[in-house]
Amino acid sequence: MAQTLLLQGNEACAEGALYAGCRFYGGYPITPSSEIAEYLARKLPLAGGTFVQMEDEIASIASIIGASMAGVKAMTATSGPGFSLMQENLDLAAVTETPVVIVDAMRGGPSTGMPTATGQGDYMQARWGSHSDHPVVVLAPAGAQEMFDLTVKAFNIAEALRLPVVLLPEAVVSHIREAVRIPDPGEMEVIDRYQPDDYEGNGFFRRDERGLAYPPVLGSGFHPHYTGLAHAEDGFPSNDPGVVRKFVEGLNQKVAKNLDLVTDFEEEAVEDAEVILASFGVTGRACQHVARLLRKQGHRVGYFRPRIVWPFPEARVRELAHTADTFVVAELNLGQMRLEVERIACGEARVVGLHKVDGSMLEIHEILVKVNEVLP
Amino acid sequence: MSALTGRYEILLSGSGGQGIILSGIVLAEAGIAEGRKVVQTASYGPESRGGASRSQVILSREEIDYPGVISPNFVFVLTQLAADKYAHTVSPQGFVLADSSWVEAVPQNLPAPIIALRLSEEAASRFGMALFANVIGLGFFIERSGVLRAESVTEALARRVPKHYREANLEAFTFGRELAKQQSGQ
Amino acid sequence: MPEVFVKEFARTQHLPTIWCPGCGLGTSMRILMKALADLEVDRNRLVVVSGIGCSSRMVGYLDCNTVHTTHGRALALATGIKLSRPELTVVAAMGDGDAASIGGNHLIHAARRNVDITTLVLNNSNYGMTSGQTSPMTPHESVTTTAPFGNLEHKFHLCDMVKGAGATYIARASTYHYMLAIRLVKKALKHRGFSFVELLTQCPVYFGRFNRMSNPSDMLRWLRDNAVKYVPGKEKELRDEQYYIGELFRDETKVEYGELLRQLRERVRSWEAKRS
Ligand SMILES: Cc1ncc(C[n+]2csc(CCOP(=O)(O)OP(=O)(O)O)c2C)c(N)n1
Ligand code: SF4
Ligand SMILES: [Mg+2]
Repeated sequence: MAQTLLLQGNEACAEGALYAGCRFYGGYPITPSSEIAEYLARKLPLAGGTFVQMEDEIASIASIIGASMAGVKAMTATSGPGFSLMQENLDLAAVTETPVVIVDAMRGGPSTGMPTATGQGDYMQARWGSHSDHPVVVLAPAGAQEMFDLTVKAFNIAEALRLPVVLLPEAVVSHIREAVRIPDPGEMEVIDRYQPDDYEGNGFFRRDERGLAYPPVLGSGFHPHYTGLAHAEDGFPSNDPGVVRKFVEGLNQKVAKNLDLVTDFEEEAVEDAEVILASFGVTGRACQHVARLLRKQGHRVGYFRPRIVWPFPEARVRELAHTADTFVVAELNLGQMRLEVERIACGEARVVGLHKVDGSMLEIHEILVKVNEVLP
Repeated sequence: MSALTGRYEILLSGSGGQGIILSGIVLAEAGIAEGRKVVQTASYGPESRGGASRSQVILSREEIDYPGVISPNFVFVLTQLAADKYAHTVSPQGFVLADSSWVEAVPQNLPAPIIALRLSEEAASRFGMALFANVIGLGFFIERSGVLRAESVTEALARRVPKHYREANLEAFTFGRELAKQQSGQ
Repeated sequence: MPEVFVKEFARTQHLPTIWCPGCGLGTSMRILMKALADLEVDRNRLVVVSGIGCSSRMVGYLDCNTVHTTHGRALALATGIKLSRPELTVVAAMGDGDAASIGGNHLIHAARRNVDITTLVLNNSNYGMTSGQTSPMTPHESVTTTAPFGNLEHKFHLCDMVKGAGATYIARASTYHYMLAIRLVKKALKHRGFSFVELLTQCPVYFGRFNRMSNPSDMLRWLRDNAVKYVPGKEKELRDEQYYIGELFRDETKVEYGELLRQLRERVRSWEAKRS
């Protein structure tokens, strides 16, 4: 029976993971993510799964890559300092085309920063934290229900595209309590690992017309070789320029070729808007509030919030840049998503930033002041 | 309460260990039981280990966009620090409850009424623990505001507190309601 | 490589190996192959995980499920594999830098958890892949590219360390002690729990060359002359380049981690059944 419960964002995320079929969690405690680990430590054994507290975040991400290569859906959760430690293996997951889900619950500030305060400073790191060109998809939930829904979605995208997916809540979203509806089994789509019966000529990493490869699960009768070295379609290392180019390009085209799966945004009253408030996560909800308030007062203000922040919904933002005069990009960092909007708007629309980095949420009056400045 | 959306904001503040977070959760759960949209947030961390802690609840008939408190309809302060920091944020339509066992200098000239009661002392003498001040306050608030039904709050409270403290909690809640009735009678 | 087991276990299409002539890693690989073949380990259910380095390239030549991870992380990744699929045989093969330096913390904790992984450390006393720098296993005063005047540090007694951490099977041999090494690796594979075999091997091209042993046979002699047979109760002071060989420790009583997990799941299930 579907139930509606008062859940903390982190608890909703853990429930979403269980719903999606996650049966392995390897992690290292860190505020504000720890409740995900604590919840799963209680729930996974009953579900027949494995919870293991690893010695650090490097080991945590390595353990979930191992579990996933062995065919078990796996995740870890951390915050900025731990997410930094995970970067090396994040692109190991990417190049071995191993689906994993990583939650980075954003605290405020760089380094140890403000462990219990909120922020959105990991926006760029989530996309570009690992070295060189690699694919990764990043989702930013705005509340407890989205912590559930987008966790399920994160697993689905990871399994469908075979890559690491990052869930990027702000601390406030990790700790918010809201009513969360947990759907019945079967009600929400859950994508499981696909594995062909046969691999012609051991082409374990050969791509289909959608650009996707389906390397086999360990212990499934094939003898795959997984490596972080640049490799050919058979999975073995190669330095041949042709092979290497195909390897890097193929890997990175996976996302672009499947944009339908990885485009998800919310918008309101943007059609005739002069000013569009753009933001992500719970900061977006503050913008939504202000946009509605100003509409009621007769101003042409709209609101735009990507739920999937990487890949950035470029096509839609380009369209909006044609019709709107100004984007106000509100975020709890010094302007990371703003760079993306500026790049896409490319002079078609003015882009103004509203940035806050003191560890607290943006308040309604702060957004109002900014929008009033730019309203014609 | 905003007439348009029925948005009702509650801000509870005290020091860590006074049961502020639990009260917020109880109110949120009671809200869900009554079919409201709810959001509960809290300030965490070193603060929740003895410093000023804060728990906020928003109840609404419509979907809640901004989950922060804008102008609280009810402010409950259990320490002087909390009183100085939050009492003045109260909405003109709301009211403030202060536990004057701890709040010695009761803030004056607020946009809304402030009621000061020696809750912790009452709690200690009647229920053996100052900790119950918080539940007495909850009872007072529910009776005076009528924003949620007493039964839904009682049920949520019974579910959320440890079994062996259930009776005492329910009694403290009822006592708080009685205090409110006496107040309005005066 | 004439033996039948080599043909069976090798991805022959990927031979010859990348290793230098005279390198001990070929012998090391044959030791592992022979142990696996003797025990008739099902290659469909065998996963060999490695880190980064000359040693770690071994997995590319083994015809089974293989994972070549990042530098030092083999055991952390192997832990995820073994705990989620306990029916698989999991072996971790890595270099001394991999195991003792960058992956030292993972080694400590894999041993402490006593997960059923067979760990093989291929100790060539230096960083081979990156051209002969000092490793934590480089003996005192030996010359490397980053210790051109001789190593100031002392080598890591890794077997002692994993014992302290909680490993339940520990042994050491070298490529010179070929038959002994096979016997010990077989015992390690059969052991249920975290088993650890340090295999000293020659890197004539770097460690040998810098230390007046550029001929592989000089290095084998060095491995032979510094080996001391381990006799429990008769331990003595060893010089930094000396090392014990043989089975160093075994504990059959400590319950393996995967088994503890299985028991936990059962316990929780029966509680839940009683509750509802
Ligand atoms: C994070 C990281 N740091 C450094 C390196 C460079 N590196 C590659 S192999 C290696 C040392 C290998 O030494 P060892 O583990 O003893 O293996 P060997 O080559 O001697 O068999 C180093 C430092 C790397 N690949 N990754
Ligand atoms: S560098 Fe040393 S360890 Fe590496 S292959 Fe050559 S001889 Fe072997
Ligand atoms: Mg080495």
